[in-house]
Amino acid sequence: MLKVRVIPTLLWKQFGLVKGIGFDSWRRVGPVLPAIKVYNQREVDELILVDILAHGVNDDLDVESVDDFAHECFVPFTVGGGISKVEQVQRLLQIGADKISINTAAYATPKLINEISYRYGTQCVVASVDAKCIGHQKWQCFSHAGHKATGRDVVDWVKELADRGAGEILITSIERDGTMQGYDLDLIEKVVEAVNIPVIASGGAGSYQHMVEAVLKAGASAVAAASIFHYTEQTPLGAKVAMEIAGIPVRSKF
Amino acid sequence: MNMKVGVLDYGVGNVGSVMRALEELCVTPILIDRASDIHIADRLILPGVGSFTDCKNLLDKGGWTSALKDEVIGSSKPILGICLGMQLLADVGMEGAVDENGTAGLGFISGKVVGLASIGCKSRIPHMGWNSIILGSPSGLLSDIPNGTDFYFVHGYAFVTENPKDTIAVTNYDVSVTAAIAKDNVWGTQFHPEKSSRAGFKVLRNFVEDSSC
Repeated sequence: MLKVRVIPTLLWKQFGLVKGIGFDSWRRVGPVLPAIKVYNQREVDELILVDILAHGVNDDLDVESVDDFAHECFVPFTVGGGISKVEQVQRLLQIGADKISINTAAYATPKLINEISYRYGTQCVVASVDAKCIGHQKWQCFSHAGHKATGRDVVDWVKELADRGAGEILITSIERDGTMQGYDLDLIEKVVEAVNIPVIASGGAGSYQHMVEAVLKAGASAVAAASIFHYTEQTPLGAKVAMEIAGIPVRSKF
Repeated sequence: MNMKVGVLDYGVGNVGSVMRALEELCVTPILIDRASDIHIADRLILPGVGSFTDCKNLLDKGGWTSALKDEVIGSSKPILGICLGMQLLADVGMEGAVDENGTAGLGFISGKVVGLASIGCKSRIPHMGWNSIILGSPSGLLSDIPNGTDFYFVHGYAFVTENPKDTIAVTNYDVSVTAAIAKDNVWGTQFHPEKSSRAGFKVLRNFVEDSSC
């Protein structure tokens, strides 16, 4: 049986990891490499690393650093931030990323998703969508790390991303991000209903119970979280124990 | 013994993670980027991501197909295909094929690679994430791997073996899906051992060290 994944999200800014609230007021939480080493030692299900300063166009992702990080990672590793060209994807996969996450560049060049999934397979394309609630059961997509309104409706956009060949949707609620008050379950449920590819819930996890809800109530295939692991004593392993007790299939250690 | 494990870099594939996983096992892997060099290695690893037809075209164009046939069939050199690399070991694959006859594979293990939906899978595709394997025919590749061990899968197509005994493990994703195959000196895993943490390292170690592999 396929297991529900618990995925720590690492937000990377210049020299270290950061975590903000509502995509703002970034706080430093430590260096990248030791965090990856620890998560790898603890056999987390997967890791997502996003360079939050790179928004495509001229801001290239620091490939040399990613190479160092990938050296320490023997679990699936998704890298995002500033990916706007197929050649960047080739390079990232070569140095050991397993999937790449695309966000901002997809709005200007939606066919980038088609090109990457055609060339490297849908399984390596994580389409990342940052959403803000704009009314009852209505969400709008934001690009550039949550700074620019795109005018696109979340449900329409995730359908388009899936049609174009995205292998997974990483849906983040901008308002819930960093608040630790729980995922936006309505948003996640809407996205899960809209597409037939796996959906990763993100933004707002503050307790194991929040993760259980994202899976059982909203239907997420995986739960991503950052603050809960940076700022509390809760761990990915603890989350999986709680999820298992709730009847969710999780991966056991070898 | 100084075992030379060659990782085939034919233009696509996550060679970086496979190379590093082998380094973790204290094996010095050789990255082979020319078909004419594959005789240097004692054992071969064929990785792959992308589409069956694209990868097979790359193998054909680079001279890899004929070189692999010489080494694997002619000289009985052990080979491990990973993910799409395993699927390429089949007779034929449907992904990206120009017609319903499919694209010819390497033909080392009899079978056909078909879309998960076409074998009745109604779950979300691709099959992505950690899933437990159910052991089938015994094989050195999976020695000391307990039944039910979780491995990391990412794929939308599945290898349907012609001879059930070639299937050494399956996984359940709505339907039974081939997880690992073996025949003589040819092995394959649909899951990614290089991304399956300690359990995956054990499989790679089995391939590199086990004399039956």
